[in-house]
Formats: sequence, structure tokens, C-alpha cells
Amino acid sequence: MQSKLGLDFKKVDHARELAGKIAVDIQGFVDRYSTVAVERTLCRLAGIDGVDDNMVPLPNIVVDYIKERGVLSEGVLFFIGNAMVSEGLSPQEIAVKVSSGELDITRIPFTSKEKIESTLNPIINSSINKIKARRERRENYIKSMGEGPRPYLYVIVATGNIYEDVVQAEAAARQGADIIAVIRTTGQSLLDYVPYGATTEGFGGTFATQENFRIMRSALDKTGEELGRYIRLCNYCSGLCMPEIAVMGAFEGLDVMLNDALYGILFRDINMQRTLVDQFFSRVINGFAGVIINTGEDNYLTTADAFEEAHTVLASDLINEQLALIAGLPQSQMGLGHAFEMDPELENGFIYELAQAQMTREIFPEAPLKYMPPTKFMTGNIFRGHIQDALFNMIGIWTGQGIQLLGMPTEAIHTPFMSDRYLSIENAKYIFKNMRKIGDEMEFKEDGIARKRANEVLDLSIELLERLEKEGLFSALEKGFFANVKRAKNGGKGLEGVVEKGDNYMNPFVNLMMGGK
Amino acid sequence: MSGGLYSMQSKEFDKTLDLKSVKPYGDTMNDGKVQLSFTLPVPTGEEAIEAAKQLLKKMGLDNPQVVFYKELTPGYTFFNCYGSCNHEVDFTTISVPKVDSSVMDMHQTDDYIKENVGRSLVIVGASTGTDAHTVGIDAIMNMKGYAGHYGLERYEMIEAYNLGSQVLNEEFIAKALELKADALLVSQTVTQKDVHIKNMVELVELLEAEGLRDKIILVCGGPRISHELAKELGYDAGFGMNSYADDVASYIAQEYVRRASNKNL
Repeated sequence: MQSKLGLDFKKVDHARELAGKIAVDIQGFVDRYSTVAVERTLCRLAGIDGVDDNMVPLPNIVVDYIKERGVLSEGVLFFIGNAMVSEGLSPQEIAVKVSSGELDITRIPFTSKEKIESTLNPIINSSINKIKARRERRENYIKSMGEGPRPYLYVIVATGNIYEDVVQAEAAARQGADIIAVIRTTGQSLLDYVPYGATTEGFGGTFATQENFRIMRSALDKTGEELGRYIRLCNYCSGLCMPEIAVMGAFEGLDVMLNDALYGILFRDINMQRTLVDQFFSRVINGFAGVIINTGEDNYLTTADAFEEAHTVLASDLINEQLALIAGLPQSQMGLGHAFEMDPELENGFIYELAQAQMTREIFPEAPLKYMPPTKFMTGNIFRGHIQDALFNMIGIWTGQGIQLLGMPTEAIHTPFMSDRYLSIENAKYIFKNMRKIGDEMEFKEDGIARKRANEVLDLSIELLERLEKEGLFSALEKGFFANVKRAKNGGKGLEGVVEKGDNYMNPFVNLMMGGK
Repeated sequence: MSGGLYSMQSKEFDKTLDLKSVKPYGDTMNDGKVQLSFTLPVPTGEEAIEAAKQLLKKMGLDNPQVVFYKELTPGYTFFNCYGSCNHEVDFTTISVPKVDSSVMDMHQTDDYIKENVGRSLVIVGASTGTDAHTVGIDAIMNMKGYAGHYGLERYEMIEAYNLGSQVLNEEFIAKALELKADALLVSQTVTQKDVHIKNMVELVELLEAEGLRDKIILVCGGPRISHELAKELGYDAGFGMNSYADDVASYIAQEYVRRASNKNL
């Protein structure tokens, strides 16, 4: 490919190689560990669901039970498989008996690993097939009905009540939205369990539950059929329940998931060891389920400056790409993040931003890049805000972004009204239509501002990646290389849920989902 | 629809400004012009427009005009409207509680602290409770600052600690004690269903229970926060939209000195 910005792709290859080394180093750690969230995910994949009388999810009860007895290192599937052999019960029945105190699955005499594996096999296959069927269902829908052109128009709903969210989502889809993201309630990322059932109370968003996923997916299927256009559903596979949310999404046909450990470490103070282990399995699941992941680099620019720190976004995108590849997630499912966060007072800010967006496009040609709207410099001046969003939309269409997270004129004020979403979608559709081929028509001047800017950001990213490679990602995060935020390797939330894998540990899903390797 | 655009009708009202009865201003004094938009949960059509106009009248808007409407989804119609407000306010009797300090820039504040305190002031900030937004606290505290106003971290005479988001009140207080904070900054962005009020009041109660409330300058900020609300909740000062590090730093420095001199009396 010829770079419109005069980028040297040999440099890009070098950057990728560095990022690859950083990712492999991390994976060496990840492979040796499991977490309570990974084990709860395996419970769900074994068919365990539901809650006890106190609304505690059964996967939590089973995993906590094993953890309290100090044997979590052997992994939950080993104990469940063993109990299935000896008791002749299903995993769900076993979970119920663990919950009621009738069965201690850690004290049943161990049968052979082979016997456990063969007993678990049908259950494992049934989950694998369930996810496969979901993926095929989406693919068939898109084949038969079609979908909106890229960039996909992505809007959020955030009423706190799943039934009200449905009304808002249907309206947005009719107005032209391609992706509906149901924002989670404030604080859910720090819950070490996934709430159960349909929910109608949330702050600044709606609880992510499997039932809420189902309700919204079925509403969007209906609306999509009416419109003759597949509507994607997005949620948040981040926080302390990354892989669990991934599997619930895979079961219920979600299409897009925020999925980024670095984001959780930096902005939610989640322990880095915990979330990198969680991320790996969640990406394996997302990859297998055909889910597009979104990464959160855009957030770096809400704390750090968009001009000065643009290279940290690129470096992080490259690392995220390599970590995703290790988990078997193809480039075509990588919604790597970046953002339009230039200070509106910056002279030629639009040109710099255009250069950065085009650069990101050229470096990740296959990826459905996730482009975030202005947030940091949105004020209560909704009229100027609408124009800021218009400039953002111009760059989105000009540089062929994959997913355009539409900005709302009321960004700094409230979660979107139905009418805010309408105005934003109208703004994007107008600009996308009028400027559809602008990127094909325009070239960047030799030695001009844009070319210089893109090359400068690439060079700075390479410098940063070289330092990161020497330092190692854990240590770099401790020193605040990203977003000016420092996090301790043993600090943050969720470290107590990390465990080194023991001799009997099994998670056959990783290999099965990554294509039987 | 936009019949008023080139209206030749005479404007028969007093066109002199009277601060005792102030009305909105469009292009003529006392014309009362107001623009607003809203959505009604009704299907679009003549009835919807009439409903919007009746609502405008009930809001005290004469000559209501619907200049644009659009059905957002079946059963919901969006309107852009204008009208002339028939209410007025007496500007001369208005009194709003304000943060009582003069705003200085970074260098002036640094000099002020050097002269009047003689040591660095320790300021600890966080977005507390379940609030995950760091935008506000970062704008005030980060080195870089916001919109050309340097953040507290850049001040020579301020030791600033930004604890980030989702900091529990207990944790916040523990850190304040450890760092011997002179002032605490609480940032609250999410205000849906008044979740911030409960959290902010809890902090005050915890500080009082620990006997710390009087020893610390307690400041809050966020887009939906006013000084009046802050005082009501038991804070020393509150900073809303369009406040910067300058405002916060000058206030804390001056308040610190004020308290110190009161003690010496």
C-alpha cells in the first residue's frame, strides 16, 4: 500500500515487532495464572447459571467455595468434572448442592484426568456449539439483510432501565444508528460478580446482565428486520468480570465489546496482573464469537494532551493488536481506539487530527478502528459542541474510520436525550453523505503539516515502544508511561482473585476456541 | 411556520431597560424572546404542534411558534420553538452566595503562599464514591491544567495529590491523614438521581466523626455543583462549570491564611 502521508512502512514493521515482543513477554506471565473471573466464566461455559436466595450468582458461590478451601489453583472444571463422574449430576445440579451445603466438591476422591475430560466433553461441545450458532446467526442476518456502510454510527443509551433503553435504542436505530451501546451503571466495573436478571435501576447506565443482553438483542433484531439492516449491540467487557461478560455476550449474540485491560488498569485502578489474565480469556472468547473488540486508548487523551501524547495512543494500539493476535482475535475484529481530543484553541488542530487519524488508518488497514468524539473540551455550549462534532465527523469519513462513536452536543451535560441522538445522527449522516469520497480526492502536500505530524508521531511511538520493550509492560505501567497515570503491580483492585495454575488445572476452551491448536 | 420572521407588527411594549423587571432579550429590549427545544411523547402532526404551543403558553411564552418538528420514532415528536416570555425578574434584589476570595493567577498564588504561609500547602483531590469520571479533578489538578490554566500540580507552593476516580470516602480520609492534607478536593461528575449528594454528605459526616472537619478546608467541584449547594452540604466552598485551578488555589490559600489569623487572635 502507498502511504498518503509518506509513512515508512519499514518503521511500522519495526514498531510492530517491538510491540510483539512486549506482548509475548506479558503472555509468558498470563499463561501461568488463572483468576476467579476466569473460573466463573468456566462455570458459565459448563452451564452453571442462576442465583441463590440472596441473589449471589451460582458461579460465584462455586468458585468462592473452592477458593476458600485453598484449591482454586486446580481450576473449577477439575472439581466439577470429578463431581460429575462420582455423583452423576449436571454442573448446574452440582452448583445448587454446593450452594445448599449438601456437597463438598473438594473432598470427593479424584478419578483420572482422562475420565474427567471425557465426562466434561459433551458439555464443553454444547457451549462451543451454542456460541458458534450465535455467530452464524449474525453472519446470516448480515448476509440476508445487510448493514450500514462504514464508519458505523455508534450511539449510547444510558437510562438505567433496560426497558427504557429499548425505546431509546429502537429510536436511534430508526434514525440511522448501526451500533447501540448500552452504557453500564457507574461502578459495575468494580463489582466482582455479574448481577442477574432484568434490571430497571442504574446510575448513569444500566447493569450488564445476561437477561438485559437478551432483552436488547431481541429488540434490535426486531427493529433490524423492520429496517432491513442489522443493528449491532455493544457492551462493556471490562472491569473485574471481563471474561464472564464476554461469555454472556457470546451466548446472547452481542456484536461489539469494549475489552481493554490497559484501560482498566489506568482508569479504574484494577490490578494489572488480574486484568491481563482476564483479558486474555475474554479475547479468546470474543475472537471465537466474532465480536469486535474496542480498546480504550482514546481515554489517554482525556487526561493527557492530545497533541503531546498522541504517540502513546499509537504505541498502545500496537501492543493491544499484538495481545489480541495472541488470543486468536483477528485484525478484522479489532476496534482499536483513538480520539478527537485536540484543544479547539490549537491552531491547525484539525490538520494534526486529520494526520493522526489517517496515520492510524494506514497502520491498521484491516481494523474497524474505533474513533471517539470530543469529550474533554465539550462545554455547556451545545451550539459550539455540535460544530466540534461536525469536524470530528469530517475526519471520520475522510480517513475511513470503522466505528464512529457519535458525539452529542450535550456531552458535558447529561446522558443523551432521544433528541440529542437524533441531532448527532443527522449531523453524521449529512457529513458522511456529502463527503463520502473526500479521502479518495484529497492528497497530503509533500512536506506539509499533516505529513510531518504523522511521521513525528510514528517516530515518537517507536521511541516509546523501545523503552517499553526494555522496561517490560508491568514496570512501564508502574512508572506512568501511559496517560501520566502510575499503577503498582500489586496495587489496585482484584489482585486477591489471581491464582497460579496447579497440576490438575484445565481450560480446554482456549484451544477449542483458538481453532484446536 | 416561521411567520414571525419578517413580522411587521408593531412592537407595542416599553423598550427601556428596567433592572427591576428584566425579560429575555432577542433583538429588542423587553421582547422576551426565548428559544427552546423539547420532545413530546406523542405522534407527529397538527395535534402535536398544537400540544407544543399550548405547553409553551403554560410556560409563560406568548406568541408561541413551532419552527421545526420531527418525529424521532413513532410516538415521539421533537420541537424547536420560540416565544415571548411574559414573566420578569427583579435583578436588583438578587443575592447569590459566592466563594469569598479574590482570584489570583498561579504565580500570585505561589507568592501569596510563600509570604503568608511559608510552606507548601498539601491538597488531596479525588473523584469519590462510584464516580468514574476524572475529567473534572484532572482539569483542576493535572500539571497541564485546562484551557490555558495550569493545574495545581504545577504550583510551586502546592503539593498536589490526585487520587483519581472511584475513591471511597474512607480511603480518601485515610490518605488525607497520611499526607497531612490542608485541603481536600472532591470532584463529582455523575449526578443522576442525586447520587453525588449522598456521597458528599457521607464524607462530611465521616470527617466530623473523626474530628477532622474543622482542621481541613473542604472543597467540592463539578458541572452540577454550585457554591450554594456546597455550603448546604457542609462544604467550605463549591466550584461549578467554568472554574479553573486558579479559582480553587486562590480560594484555598486565602482561606488557609484567614483561618490561621483567626486562630492567632
